[in-house]
Amino acid sequence: MSDLMSFSEIDGSGAVLVAAQRRVMMVTLKAELSKATRAAIKKALGTPVPAARKIANGIAWMAPDELLIMVPQGDTPEAMIARLTAELKAPMLAVDVSDARAVFTLKGNKAREVLAKGAPVDLAPEAFTLGDFRRTRLGQVAVAFWLEADDEITLVCFASLKQFMFEWLVNAAQKGSMPEFL
Amino acid sequence: MLLLTCPYCGVMAEETEFHGGGEAHLTRHSDGSSDDAFTAYLFERKNPKGIVLERWRHVYGCGKWFHAARCAVTLEIFGTYSAQTFEPPAEIIAKIKAKRPEWEAKS
Ligand SMILES: [Zn+2]
Repeated sequence: MSDLMSFSEIDGSGAVLVAAQRRVMMVTLKAELSKATRAAIKKALGTPVPAARKIANGIAWMAPDELLIMVPQGDTPEAMIARLTAELKAPMLAVDVSDARAVFTLKGNKAREVLAKGAPVDLAPEAFTLGDFRRTRLGQVAVAFWLEADDEITLVCFASLKQFMFEWLVNAAQKGSMPEFL
Repeated sequence: MLLLTCPYCGVMAEETEFHGGGEAHLTRHSDGSSDDAFTAYLFERKNPKGIVLERWRHVYGCGKWFHAARCAVTLEIFGTYSAQTFEPPAEIIAKIKAKRPEWEAKS
Protein backbone atom coordinates (compact mmCIF):
# COMPACT_ATOMS: atom_id res chain seq x y z
CA MET A 1 0.00 0.00 0.00
CA SER A 2 1.35 3.43 -0.90
CA ASP A 3 1.90 6.02 1.83
CA LEU A 4 -1.02 7.81 3.48
CA MET A 5 -0.42 11.02 1.52
CA SER A 6 -1.54 9.31 -1.67
CA PHE A 7 -5.12 9.05 -0.36
CA SER A 8 -7.75 11.79 -0.43
CA GLU A 9 -10.16 9.98 1.88
CA ILE A 10 -9.77 7.04 4.25
CA ASP A 11 -12.29 5.13 6.32
CA GLY A 12 -10.92 2.63 8.80
CA SER A 13 -14.10 2.10 10.79
CA GLY A 14 -15.11 -1.11 9.01
CA ALA A 15 -13.83 -4.65 8.75
CA VAL A 16 -11.85 -3.54 5.69
CA LEU A 17 -9.98 -0.26 5.26
CA VAL A 18 -11.46 1.78 2.41
CA ALA A 19 -9.34 4.51 0.87
CA ALA A 20 -9.82 6.80 -2.13
CA GLN A 21 -6.58 7.48 -3.93
CA ARG A 22 -5.59 10.92 -5.09
CA ARG A 23 -5.37 11.46 -8.86
CA VAL A 24 -3.79 8.39 -10.44
CA MET A 25 -2.21 8.98 -13.83
CA MET A 26 -3.40 6.55 -16.48
CA VAL A 27 -3.73 6.30 -20.23
CA THR A 28 -6.33 4.40 -22.25
CA LEU A 29 -5.07 2.85 -25.45
CA LYS A 30 -7.51 1.74 -28.13
CA ALA A 31 -6.00 -0.34 -30.92
CA GLU A 32 -6.41 -3.75 -32.51
CA LEU A 33 -3.95 -5.76 -30.39
CA SER A 34 -2.29 -7.59 -33.29
CA LYS A 35 1.16 -9.17 -32.98
CA ALA A 36 2.80 -6.13 -34.59
CA THR A 37 0.88 -3.74 -32.34
CA ARG A 38 1.82 -5.72 -29.23
CA ALA A 39 5.47 -5.52 -30.24
CA ALA A 40 5.17 -1.77 -30.81
CA ILE A 41 3.50 -1.28 -27.41
CA LYS A 42 6.29 -3.26 -25.76
CA LYS A 43 8.83 -1.01 -27.47
CA ALA A 44 7.00 2.14 -26.37
CA LEU A 45 6.40 1.06 -22.76
CA GLY A 46 9.24 -1.33 -22.07
CA THR A 47 6.87 -4.02 -20.83
CA PRO A 48 4.87 -6.64 -22.71
CA VAL A 49 1.09 -6.52 -23.18
CA PRO A 50 -0.57 -8.81 -20.62
CA ALA A 51 -2.72 -11.78 -21.61
CA ALA A 52 -6.50 -11.42 -21.83
CA ARG A 53 -8.17 -10.42 -18.52
CA LYS A 54 -4.80 -9.93 -16.82
CA ILE A 55 -2.85 -7.04 -15.37
CA ALA A 56 0.95 -6.93 -15.27
CA ASN A 57 3.48 -4.14 -14.77
CA GLY A 58 0.71 -1.56 -14.57
CA ILE A 59 -0.86 -2.55 -17.89
CA ALA A 60 -4.41 -3.88 -17.69
CA TRP A 61 -6.21 -5.79 -20.46
CA MET A 62 -9.59 -4.06 -20.78
CA ALA A 63 -10.93 -5.56 -24.02
CA PRO A 64 -9.59 -7.22 -27.17
CA ASP A 65 -8.83 -3.71 -28.46
CA GLU A 66 -8.24 -1.73 -25.27
CA LEU A 67 -5.56 -1.40 -22.59
CA LEU A 68 -5.50 0.70 -19.43
CA ILE A 69 -1.94 1.78 -18.68
CA MET A 70 -0.91 3.19 -15.31
CA VAL A 71 1.70 5.89 -15.76
CA PRO A 72 4.72 5.07 -13.59
CA GLN A 73 6.44 7.63 -11.38
CA GLY A 74 8.83 9.78 -13.37
CA ASP A 75 6.77 9.41 -16.54
CA THR A 76 3.86 11.57 -17.73
CA PRO A 77 0.70 10.72 -19.71
CA GLU A 78 1.77 13.17 -22.42
CA ALA A 79 5.18 11.53 -22.86
CA MET A 80 3.64 8.06 -22.81
CA ILE A 81 1.03 9.01 -25.43
CA ALA A 82 3.78 10.51 -27.59
CA ARG A 83 5.84 7.28 -27.40
CA LEU A 84 2.80 5.11 -28.20
CA THR A 85 1.79 7.34 -31.10
CA ALA A 86 5.31 7.23 -32.51
CA GLU A 87 5.63 3.44 -32.28
CA LEU A 88 2.19 2.22 -33.33
CA LYS A 89 1.65 2.03 -37.06
CA ALA A 90 -1.93 0.71 -37.05
CA PRO A 91 -4.93 2.97 -36.33
CA MET A 92 -4.87 3.77 -32.62
CA LEU A 93 -6.04 6.22 -29.99
CA ALA A 94 -4.23 6.99 -26.74
CA VAL A 95 -5.93 9.31 -24.27
CA ASP A 96 -5.04 10.66 -20.83
CA VAL A 97 -7.94 9.44 -18.67
CA SER A 98 -6.45 10.39 -15.28
CA ASP A 99 -9.26 12.86 -14.57
CA ALA A 100 -11.94 10.45 -15.78
CA ARG A 101 -11.23 7.77 -13.20
CA ALA A 102 -11.44 7.27 -9.45
CA VAL A 103 -9.19 4.68 -7.80
CA PHE A 104 -9.81 2.95 -4.47
CA THR A 105 -7.80 0.72 -2.19
CA LEU A 106 -9.43 -2.00 -0.07
CA LYS A 107 -7.09 -3.32 2.59
CA GLY A 108 -7.78 -6.22 4.92
CA ASN A 109 -8.27 -9.96 4.73
CA LYS A 110 -12.02 -9.47 4.15
CA ALA A 111 -11.51 -7.28 1.05
CA ARG A 112 -12.81 -10.06 -1.22
CA GLU A 113 -15.98 -10.32 0.85
CA VAL A 114 -16.73 -6.60 0.40
CA LEU A 115 -16.57 -6.91 -3.39
CA ALA A 116 -18.47 -10.18 -3.39
CA LYS A 117 -21.45 -8.32 -1.93
CA GLY A 118 -21.94 -6.35 -5.12
CA ALA A 119 -20.07 -7.98 -7.99
CA PRO A 120 -21.35 -11.05 -9.90
CA VAL A 121 -17.87 -12.54 -9.83
CA ASP A 122 -16.40 -15.66 -8.21
CA LEU A 123 -13.99 -14.06 -5.76
CA ALA A 124 -12.89 -17.23 -4.01
CA PRO A 125 -9.10 -17.23 -3.48
CA GLU A 126 -8.64 -20.09 -5.95
CA ALA A 127 -10.87 -18.47 -8.59
CA PHE A 128 -9.63 -14.87 -8.50
CA THR A 129 -5.86 -14.66 -8.12
CA LEU A 130 -2.97 -12.22 -8.27
CA GLY A 131 -2.62 -10.93 -11.84
CA ASP A 132 -6.33 -11.33 -12.67
CA PHE A 133 -8.06 -8.16 -13.86
CA ARG A 134 -11.84 -8.06 -13.89
CA ARG A 135 -14.23 -5.54 -15.40
CA THR A 136 -17.70 -5.94 -13.99
CA ARG A 137 -20.26 -4.08 -11.91
CA LEU A 138 -20.24 -3.33 -8.19
CA GLY A 139 -23.80 -2.60 -7.21
CA GLN A 140 -24.85 -0.59 -10.26
CA VAL A 141 -21.43 0.93 -10.91
CA ALA A 142 -19.16 -0.18 -13.75
CA VAL A 143 -15.81 -1.01 -12.16
CA ALA A 144 -12.58 -2.88 -12.70
CA PHE A 145 -10.50 -4.42 -9.94
CA TRP A 146 -7.44 -6.54 -9.26
CA LEU A 147 -5.39 -7.82 -6.35
CA GLU A 148 -2.27 -5.99 -5.20
CA ALA A 149 -1.69 -8.63 -2.56
CA ASP A 150 -3.72 -11.36 -0.87
CA ASP A 151 -5.33 -8.76 1.41
CA GLU A 152 -5.35 -5.71 -0.85
CA ILE A 153 -7.57 -4.86 -3.82
CA THR A 154 -7.41 -1.87 -6.15
CA LEU A 155 -10.68 -0.77 -7.74
CA VAL A 156 -11.27 1.71 -10.55
CA CYS A 157 -14.52 3.42 -11.56
CA PHE A 158 -15.60 6.60 -13.32
CA ALA A 159 -14.64 9.77 -11.45
CA SER A 160 -18.21 11.07 -11.53
CA LEU A 161 -19.16 8.22 -9.19
CA LYS A 162 -16.23 8.61 -6.79
CA GLN A 163 -18.18 9.77 -3.74
CA PHE A 164 -21.00 7.30 -4.29
CA MET A 165 -18.53 4.44 -4.74
CA PHE A 166 -16.60 5.44 -1.61
CA GLU A 167 -19.78 5.46 0.48
CA TRP A 168 -20.93 2.17 -1.08
CA LEU A 169 -17.61 0.55 -0.14
CA VAL A 170 -17.61 1.96 3.41
CA ASN A 171 -21.17 0.71 3.87
CA ALA A 172 -20.32 -2.73 2.50
CA ALA A 173 -17.22 -2.90 4.72
CA GLN A 174 -19.09 -2.36 8.01
CA LYS A 175 -17.94 -4.48 10.90
CA GLY A 176 -20.09 -7.53 11.57
CA SER A 177 -21.53 -7.50 8.04
CA MET A 178 -19.12 -9.92 6.35
CA PRO A 179 -20.88 -12.95 4.85
CA GLU A 180 -17.77 -15.08 5.56
CA PHE A 181 -18.40 -17.14 2.46
CA LEU A 182 -14.91 -16.82 1.03
CA MET B 1 -30.63 -16.52 -14.37
CA LEU B 2 -28.51 -16.88 -17.48
CA LEU B 3 -24.78 -17.58 -17.45
CA LEU B 4 -23.32 -16.14 -20.65
CA THR B 5 -19.75 -16.37 -21.92
CA CYS B 6 -18.60 -13.29 -23.80
CA PRO B 7 -16.84 -14.58 -26.95
CA TYR B 8 -14.63 -11.47 -27.04
CA CYS B 9 -13.07 -11.35 -23.57
CA GLY B 10 -13.85 -14.92 -22.52
CA VAL B 11 -15.54 -13.93 -19.26
CA MET B 12 -18.39 -16.13 -18.09
CA ALA B 13 -20.80 -14.08 -16.02
CA GLU B 14 -24.41 -13.94 -15.03
CA GLU B 15 -26.84 -11.90 -17.05
CA THR B 16 -26.71 -8.68 -14.99
CA GLU B 17 -23.19 -8.03 -16.31
CA PHE B 18 -24.71 -8.01 -19.81
CA HIS B 19 -27.50 -6.18 -21.58
CA GLY B 20 -29.93 -7.87 -23.92
CA GLY B 21 -30.24 -6.40 -27.41
CA GLY B 22 -33.21 -8.33 -28.77
CA GLU B 23 -33.64 -10.57 -31.78
CA ALA B 24 -30.50 -11.19 -33.82
CA HIS B 25 -29.82 -11.42 -37.54
CA LEU B 26 -32.42 -8.87 -38.60
CA THR B 27 -32.21 -7.39 -42.07
CA ARG B 28 -32.08 -3.65 -41.60
CA HIS B 29 -34.48 -2.47 -44.29
CA SER B 30 -34.10 1.23 -44.89
CA ASP B 31 -33.66 3.43 -47.99
CA GLY B 32 -35.35 1.93 -51.03
CA SER B 33 -37.22 -0.82 -49.21
CA SER B 34 -40.98 -1.17 -49.21
CA ASP B 35 -43.08 0.23 -46.38
CA ASP B 36 -44.06 -3.31 -45.42
CA ALA B 37 -40.45 -4.47 -45.18
CA PHE B 38 -39.50 -1.38 -43.17
CA THR B 39 -42.43 -1.84 -40.79
CA ALA B 40 -41.52 -5.49 -40.34
CA TYR B 41 -37.90 -4.59 -39.58
CA LEU B 42 -38.92 -1.94 -37.07
CA PHE B 43 -41.74 -3.66 -35.22
CA GLU B 44 -42.20 -7.32 -36.02
CA ARG B 45 -40.24 -9.83 -33.97
CA LYS B 46 -40.61 -13.60 -34.03
CA ASN B 47 -40.60 -14.11 -30.26
CA PRO B 48 -40.80 -17.89 -30.56
CA LYS B 49 -41.51 -20.21 -27.67
CA GLY B 50 -38.27 -22.15 -27.91
CA ILE B 51 -34.96 -21.43 -29.60
CA VAL B 52 -34.05 -17.77 -29.86
CA LEU B 53 -31.01 -16.11 -31.43
CA GLU B 54 -30.30 -12.87 -29.63
CA ARG B 55 -27.91 -9.94 -29.50
CA TRP B 56 -26.24 -9.23 -26.16
CA ARG B 57 -23.74 -6.64 -25.05
CA HIS B 58 -21.05 -7.19 -22.41
CA VAL B 59 -21.97 -3.79 -21.03
CA TYR B 60 -20.18 -3.95 -17.67
CA GLY B 61 -17.21 -5.83 -19.13
CA CYS B 62 -15.35 -5.41 -22.41
CA GLY B 63 -18.25 -3.50 -23.96
CA LYS B 64 -18.58 -5.71 -27.06
CA TRP B 65 -21.77 -6.85 -28.74
CA PHE B 66 -22.12 -10.56 -29.45
CA HIS B 67 -24.75 -13.20 -30.25
CA ALA B 68 -26.28 -15.88 -28.05
CA ALA B 69 -28.38 -18.93 -28.94
CA ARG B 70 -30.65 -20.10 -26.16
CA CYS B 71 -34.02 -21.63 -25.38
CA ALA B 72 -36.57 -19.12 -24.14
CA VAL B 73 -38.45 -21.86 -22.29
CA THR B 74 -35.72 -23.85 -20.52
CA LEU B 75 -33.15 -20.98 -20.53
CA GLU B 76 -30.56 -23.45 -21.79
CA ILE B 77 -27.74 -21.66 -23.57
CA PHE B 78 -26.43 -23.40 -26.67
CA GLY B 79 -23.56 -21.01 -27.17
CA THR B 80 -22.43 -17.45 -27.81
CA TYR B 81 -20.74 -16.31 -30.98
CA SER B 82 -19.23 -13.38 -32.86
CA ALA B 83 -21.29 -10.33 -33.76
CA GLN B 84 -19.63 -10.25 -37.20
CA THR B 85 -21.83 -12.89 -38.77
CA PHE B 86 -25.28 -13.25 -40.35
CA GLU B 87 -26.00 -16.71 -38.90
CA PRO B 88 -24.90 -18.95 -36.04
CA PRO B 89 -21.73 -21.02 -36.54
CA ALA B 90 -22.21 -24.64 -37.62
CA GLU B 91 -21.26 -26.11 -34.23
CA ILE B 92 -23.99 -24.12 -32.45
CA ILE B 93 -26.58 -25.09 -35.08
CA ALA B 94 -25.52 -28.73 -34.59
CA LYS B 95 -25.83 -28.43 -30.81
CA ILE B 96 -29.36 -27.01 -31.12
CA LYS B 97 -30.39 -29.63 -33.72
CA ALA B 98 -29.16 -32.43 -31.47
CA LYS B 99 -31.74 -31.41 -28.88
CA ARG B 100 -34.43 -29.85 -31.10
CA PRO B 101 -34.35 -31.74 -34.42
CA GLU B 102 -37.41 -29.81 -35.65
CA TRP B 103 -35.68 -26.42 -35.31
CA GLU B 104 -34.51 -24.59 -38.44
CA ALA B 105 -31.81 -21.90 -38.43
CA LYS B 106 -33.78 -19.81 -40.92
CA SER B 107 -37.53 -19.74 -40.44
ZN1 LIG C 1 -16.62 -9.33 -22.90
